Amino acid sequence: MPEVYVSAVIPASPDRVWQVVRDFNGLPDWTPFVATSRIEDGRPSDQVGCVRAFHLADGGEIRERLLGLSDYDYSCTYAILESPMGVENYVATLKLTPVTEAGHTFAEWSAEFDCPPAREAELVQQIGQGVFATGLQALSERFG
Amino acid sequence: MIRVDESAIIDRPVDQVWALLRDFNGHDRWHPAVRESRMQGGAPSDRIGGVRDFRLASGERVSERLIRMSDRTRSFTYTITRSDVPLSDYVAHVELKPVTEGNRTFWRWHSKFNAPRGREAEMRALVADGVYRAGFEGARAFLGTAPSRPETPVQEGAIRAKAIVARRHGGPDVLAYEDVPAPRPGPGEVRIRQTAIGVNYIDVYTRTGYFNLIQPPAVPGMEAAGVVTETGRGVEHLTEGDRIVYACAPPGAYASLRTMPADLVVPLPRDIDDRTAAAMALKGITAYFLLNKVHRLERGETALIFAPAGGVGRILVQWARAMGATVIGATSSPDKARAAREAGAHHVVMPGARSLEDQVRALTDGRGADVAFDAVGRDTFDHTVAALKPTGHLVSFGQASGDIGMRNVSAFAGNSLTLSRPNYGHYTDTRAKVTEALDAVWAALASGAISAHVGQTFPLARAAEAHRALEDRQTQGSTLLIPEGTE
Repeated sequence: MPEVYVSAVIPASPDRVWQVVRDFNGLPDWTPFVATSRIEDGRPSDQVGCVRAFHLADGGEIRERLLGLSDYDYSCTYAILESPMGVENYVATLKLTPVTEAGHTFAEWSAEFDCPPAREAELVQQIGQGVFATGLQALSERFG
Repeated sequence: MIRVDESAIIDRPVDQVWALLRDFNGHDRWHPAVRESRMQGGAPSDRIGGVRDFRLASGERVSERLIRMSDRTRSFTYTITRSDVPLSDYVAHVELKPVTEGNRTFWRWHSKFNAPRGREAEMRALVADGVYRAGFEGARAFLGTAPSRPETPVQEGAIRAKAIVARRHGGPDVLAYEDVPAPRPGPGEVRIRQTAIGVNYIDVYTRTGYFNLIQPPAVPGMEAAGVVTETGRGVEHLTEGDRIVYACAPPGAYASLRTMPADLVVPLPRDIDDRTAAAMALKGITAYFLLNKVHRLERGETALIFAPAGGVGRILVQWARAMGATVIGATSSPDKARAAREAGAHHVVMPGARSLEDQVRALTDGRGADVAFDAVGRDTFDHTVAALKPTGHLVSFGQASGDIGMRNVSAFAGNSLTLSRPNYGHYTDTRAKVTEALDAVWAALASGAISAHVGQTFPLARAAEAHRALEDRQTQGSTLLIPEGTE
């Protein structure tokens, strides 16, 4: 099972960063690659089990289910239901940890999934760099 | 339960930091607060269940057991099994994670423990600042990632000097040899080219932060001899070319050149050389006020003097004997006992089968000492109290073995004892007081009542070694630092 792990330091306190990333419907606000997003069935975006349906800036459409949200250790876990990427059993977690010395945030974004072996390297690169690293970079610049 | 949770970013790849940290016994290489770590039974340092025995820079002994380690999650867990520091139920976790953006390392160090009531805040600060945060800094320095500081711009009229800078409060390793500016002297100041610098135990307290004398980064040191190179406006008792000595606050003596307030800087008599002056000023002044102001020593009194081979102790022994007292030296080794006898101690007591107080009573027909000069502190305090005669006087002027802590003074009524806790600053805060004391010191040197004994000299750059020797009680007599070019 391929794994992807990307981490970065965000120059702001975890409280402030969490306010931004906690909203499961908020991807258009802080990532450059999501154009629009909505939560299906009119549920609140912090209800565990809710589904977000969003359009990528390049036109693709993705549906993801919120599996877990923790205000205690600042983490969010979700699974892909449908996507044009061709992955299965995709589960990802975004987690924030304080860097006490500097008052900053250590942000980790990781995922596991299944895919045909021939596509593994391409998908790891696409998810790791195209999604996670780009998203954390945008977050970093927002607070930089 | 007290919880401490500290974390930092280290500017090195995670595998490199993990290679350093996973050596459970290797913390004495990089942690500024840790000395001489050893695995019990010579066990491999990554053996689960292995115990590391080590000493803190402040002297306390600690043993810790490795109870979990994982190369997969780059983490380990350990617990304290025995400690001179009052921490109990202590379990700590170290965990590293890669910061993939920038190829750096996230390091989290957290623990839970208990501390005695009333000392919770102290223990929390010790663990959070003295161990974890200091560890982050130490690892950075070891891995060569300490941020380089911009060069301090030299103001007009300032001269670049070499100095020992305490980068932060901590062990001898915090002392770094650096360039610092010696500014042009302002009103009431002098600039001094220093030739010999005295090392005193107060410098250790300055460095560790036990005394709140400097805000690091700053230069420690209270005593030096040298030559005045310039005087500022309003300085009338000194002029360019005067040979001088000083032994006073503010700290800043560990430097080749220094600009400082002129008030307590005094001219040196022609027959006193620079090294003698730097070796004798602070310790001589201390001995003078202890024997003449704090206690007025009288002929025929019995004085119990601790560390009689050390800097102040040796002068106290010589001077007390010359003043007609019977001197009992209390020391820890046969070598130091010999040095104490050579200095003039009539008797020497050492730790042995009988307690200190029993040995002192045996030497005084059962009465006890009239006065005790004790700078050892925590370890000796109670024995010293017990070694005094009724109406005796305990002059407690230091704590080389550790803070004296809380004591019950009600018990002093049992022998009508007097306790003094003199502070150097209060006996030396005017030039008149300093001059009176130093004139007495120079006169006693001239008459042979006391003598200078420079036990060891170090180049200024090696001040950390000098501190280590002093704290390990490896020194005899005075210790000097000599700036480069004046050796």
